[in-house]
Amino acid sequence: MSVLDTAVAPAAVRPSPATDVESPRTRLTRRLQHGGWFVAPFLVLFALFVLLPIGRGLWLSFTDANISGTGERFVGLDNYREAFGNPLMWDALGHSAYFTLLVVPCIVVLAFLLAMLAHHIERAKWLWRLCFFAPFLLPSTVAGNLWQWLFNPATGMINHVFGLDTPWLTQKSTALLAVVITTLWWTVGFSFLLFLAALQNIPDHLYEAAALDGANAWHRLVHITLPMLRNITGLVVTLQILASLQVFDQAVVMQDFGPGPEESTRTFVQYTLEEGFTAYRVGYASAISIIFFVLIAAVALGRMWLLRKREEGVR
Amino acid sequence: MSTTVVVRKNSGKKKWTPGQIVLTALGTVVSAVWMTPLLWALLTSLKSETEAVEVPTHWVPQEWTGQAWKALFETGNITNWFVNSAVVSVCVTFVVVLVSALAGYGFARTEFRGKNALLGLVMAGLMVSPAVLGVPLFTTVQSMGMVDTYWGMILPQCAPAAMVYILYKFFQSIPHELEEAAYIDGAGRWRVFFTIVLPLSRPSLSAVGIFTFIASWNNFLWPYMVTNNPDLMTMPNGIATVMNSYGIQWAQLMAGGLMAGLPLVIVFVFFQRQIISGVAHTGLAGQ
Repeated sequence: MSVLDTAVAPAAVRPSPATDVESPRTRLTRRLQHGGWFVAPFLVLFALFVLLPIGRGLWLSFTDANISGTGERFVGLDNYREAFGNPLMWDALGHSAYFTLLVVPCIVVLAFLLAMLAHHIERAKWLWRLCFFAPFLLPSTVAGNLWQWLFNPATGMINHVFGLDTPWLTQKSTALLAVVITTLWWTVGFSFLLFLAALQNIPDHLYEAAALDGANAWHRLVHITLPMLRNITGLVVTLQILASLQVFDQAVVMQDFGPGPEESTRTFVQYTLEEGFTAYRVGYASAISIIFFVLIAAVALGRMWLLRKREEGVR
Repeated sequence: MSTTVVVRKNSGKKKWTPGQIVLTALGTVVSAVWMTPLLWALLTSLKSETEAVEVPTHWVPQEWTGQAWKALFETGNITNWFVNSAVVSVCVTFVVVLVSALAGYGFARTEFRGKNALLGLVMAGLMVSPAVLGVPLFTTVQSMGMVDTYWGMILPQCAPAAMVYILYKFFQSIPHELEEAAYIDGAGRWRVFFTIVLPLSRPSLSAVGIFTFIASWNNFLWPYMVTNNPDLMTMPNGIATVMNSYGIQWAQLMAGGLMAGLPLVIVFVFFQRQIISGVAHTGLAGQ
């Protein structure tokens, strides 16, 4: 799935500043503040399609529900017990985690380098932006198919160009790696744009001052650019971890909706859907979804905690 | 937080310094590598199906033919999927922009009981996606009788906590004075919202709109779960399931893939500036 679908990791939520002394102006504003109605349409949709599924998933995870959605029995913690004792779940989690571990550092470094390049070339800036960002505009499934075609051992361009005969997608040692390469090409553009925007936001006078002090390009990079990019790097890392853990589309398309050679590319999302929609075990699938939700929430909360700690450190 | 990131206009003359020559050359090489897969897709789509799978493989078609493109339109459902994608993404974008602008404003500028608790819930919603809670979401939508319908495809994409959050941060940054002047002149809250706040927020709203459109146009997972009726499928969905199901016709598949990507490339070329400032805006909001 793409980073766009994933949450933007929230910065600390602050309530709007409370006014302690009531001036005529605040009294006027307060009189006009009756705006629950503004929030109502969103809340209806949010309740129906976010809160209700969470509640329902939580309930179903304690039952033996099947796909028909009727006649479920309460089974207590059985589903969770089964999930934690099931090597298939750990395998799937392992694949998603391994994928994340490979993708995230590569994306961060690559996106940063591409952004530096596009930022410093003076001519035809739109062209570099378009080239590096364009793959991200393809649907994930199209990117998957395209690289499935490129990785094809006989007719694919990759083996042809590099003079190899690697069966990329049909051997365990390279199948997930191929998905990683596809994902890098496909999604780096989004992080690239984030870095590029952050680079453009660094005030010129910092560099001018450094130049006056005789700093060379390396010093400027290490002492100005990198520190100024710290926040955006944190954001990119978080977004990429969240999106990568939820990898599904490219992986299944490249393996024709199967689990890959020796089941080596079955991701966590794929495992959930197989249990829910192929094995019709909605109760069990809900339980592993809830486990996954907790994992994702832990990553996002971890970032919020880090941000808050840093803010306190600054004060 | 500044909301506009200036995509800098090159001013005056630029000199070809040695540094610039090296960088530009490097940029050209990297861009070429980056574009190669797309070029390969295009060239494949202009081969005949038999030539596409010929060994040894070659870049340029020996015989250029529009056969695959023609077959794509004549035999497949592709026009159907294209229309479905357009309907779904336009509806989703419209609803999301409207609903999240209202909610973002409500959270940023109005008071009501339970506001902070609700805001906390919205934050929790940031972590939910069809990838995370697909099965329970499906059974919920199923119990509403919306499986295999447009509604079922559209509505679950219309509760994006992330967009509400982005606009909430943005509305907080607008100075109060602008609205207050209008209140003193006797305007009501809704009028102020539609005539003052919304026009001020055009860059943020278009960023939200463009991103929602991209995400919705490319959304595979949710349509994949909610329908397996080929007449209702969207582009990514139809290409991945129907065109992949019986003996892949590679030339046709590449043509279909390019067609799925084309509208967004056009959107990007036209709205490049808004997209970049939009990324900056959303990104900086999340910092």
